[in-house]
Amino acid sequence: MTTEAADPVDAAAIAPAADAGFLQRYGAEIEYILIPGAALVAALLVFGVFVALFGKNPLDLYWYMYYGAFGTWFSWQNTLSRAAPLILTALCTALPAQLGMVIIGGEGALLIGALSATSVALALQGMPPLVVQIAMVIAGMTGGGLWILLSGGLRQYRGVNETISSLLLVYIALAILNHLVEGPMRDPASLNKPSTREIGAANMIGTIPGTDVHWGLVFGLILAIASYVLIYHTTFGFAARVAGGNIRAAKIVGLSVGKLILTVCFLAGACAGLAGMVEVAAVQGRTNANLAVGYGFTGILVAFLARQNPLAIIPVAILLGGINASGGLLQRRLGLPDASVLVLQGIIFISVLASDALYGRIGFLKGKS
Amino acid sequence: MADGNIGLWTVPLAVLGGAIRVSTPFLFVSLGECITERSGCINLGLEGTLVMGAMSAYGISYLTGSPWLGVLAAGLTGALLGALHAGICSLPRVNDVAVGISLMLFGTGLAFFLGKPLIEPTAARLPAIDFGWWSDVPQVRAALRINVLFLLGVILAPVLFWAFKTTRWGLLIRTAGESADAARAMGHSVLMIRLRATMAGGFLAGIGGSFLSLFYPGSWNEGLSSGQGITAVALVIFARWDPMLCLWASLAFGGAAALGPALQSVGVTSGYHLFNAAPYILTLLIMIITCSPKRTLSGAPAELSITR
Repeated sequence: MTTEAADPVDAAAIAPAADAGFLQRYGAEIEYILIPGAALVAALLVFGVFVALFGKNPLDLYWYMYYGAFGTWFSWQNTLSRAAPLILTALCTALPAQLGMVIIGGEGALLIGALSATSVALALQGMPPLVVQIAMVIAGMTGGGLWILLSGGLRQYRGVNETISSLLLVYIALAILNHLVEGPMRDPASLNKPSTREIGAANMIGTIPGTDVHWGLVFGLILAIASYVLIYHTTFGFAARVAGGNIRAAKIVGLSVGKLILTVCFLAGACAGLAGMVEVAAVQGRTNANLAVGYGFTGILVAFLARQNPLAIIPVAILLGGINASGGLLQRRLGLPDASVLVLQGIIFISVLASDALYGRIGFLKGKS
Repeated sequence: MADGNIGLWTVPLAVLGGAIRVSTPFLFVSLGECITERSGCINLGLEGTLVMGAMSAYGISYLTGSPWLGVLAAGLTGALLGALHAGICSLPRVNDVAVGISLMLFGTGLAFFLGKPLIEPTAARLPAIDFGWWSDVPQVRAALRINVLFLLGVILAPVLFWAFKTTRWGLLIRTAGESADAARAMGHSVLMIRLRATMAGGFLAGIGGSFLSLFYPGSWNEGLSSGQGITAVALVIFARWDPMLCLWASLAFGGAAALGPALQSVGVTSGYHLFNAAPYILTLLIMIITCSPKRTLSGAPAELSITR
């Protein structure tokens, strides 16, 4: 237990906040729960003041947020269904972060994953559902994986900044999706909302028995735990963390940094691609522009709030999923625009990043950021 | 000719007109980012600044009836967001790339939130100068209806080039960008230099946003900016942190972005979305061609985290 408790410290040391590589102080694990927690509370307070400026009662806001996210079994199920893609897209940012890379293109990998999964499902119509579903998982993960691999490869072989390339690839993925959905892959019956044909009810992955929560949540949990094991309990993960801490040291000890970067980027993209597959096979049943609702971008926030730790991503994704889920209630009961959720997410993100300054209160990186 | 039936000439003309029209936001954001990055700080949040600028310009123009007050408001909003960015980045251990991403989400979210009531009403728009009066061809006239902001941007580029090279402020910004220690040794506050540079960058990006809502496309909606801000940030890298190259690159990007609508107007509708992605593909290709894993880019400010 003690070794595991120390692990989040390593995760933080490798998080992008530490781009200059500093000595981590051990013995303050509690900081890693306390500080993000305090940042979250501060963000909620700021958001309360913000809505108060628009004449809404902040206490009502907090109550509806709680009620819409975790108040009833119905809202819990809604929250968990939304948390599933967030876990997967957060992994898309958290895995490369172990190598010191900032990948923010999870949305693009999600869209490509959804397209690949849909294409395979449409090609395999008539096959047994299990075969189709497995093929969809493989196609979604491969599609998303290759998409982020592109960013990793460009970084490795051409020195192209992976943050910018992955974000540009989001817009390119969206254009490809729109092109295919309105052109070659369009279902002629979809008039108002251009979509592909449906993958068929039999091929949907359905819900966990006794709930309305789809199986995507289980996929997310499995991949988050697998990522945790991979990073903290395998040689591969150790090598990745060494390379993330000090790339020169990693090269000196003979690590193949290029191979690490490419593998991690593929795995990261595969996670987001699976999120796309899940959204198709559990929610939408087809591919259309509805998929681009920002799960990829919220996933970045989840990863940073969880300090890039795959296990911490699970509760944080549920929390953010809850905030997303309560958006509808805020709209109906308080008359707040649907963008309130975006504002709150932005405030949380800023507050969490600013709270990085509080760790250990040692300011020798001052001016270097 | 006078009836406007000029066949396929429509496409290059529309691309030219587009290069002038569409390039203005690229130009302002990239010049702003150029100032910020030269001081050694990177602001990826200019996408959010652009959208906030567009929203506040539209709102103020609608409320006051004066589009120029709107432009000013957009600039001030941008400067505020810039100050927020620089302030947070100056905290120890805070990663400026991540803060930029957070401000991108925050700026867009806030603009959508505050801009909800602005989707319906029509605000006063910026005037354009008709440089095409000599022509009878409507397409030529349309292409040469040029907005004053574009001209300001075109003038601003050489002014910035000159200012970086010869003025005291230009030298200070470059010193902070090349070596924070050197600037500190000279007795200057790196924080203050970067704060001002980031605020100036935000100001310009905000103005770029005001162009979107007040001239072209000329209305406020949530799909107004689709990544122009982030493309412009990438464009600065391509332009090697040189304001004059930013100008040429912005024009090229504007032309690329106008290709989709131009082809659509002559009836080439298939692949419309793919042509719309042209600026992003172009950015990526240019970065692939110009970057190299073996050396840092020439002209890159040494303090910049993104090129290390």
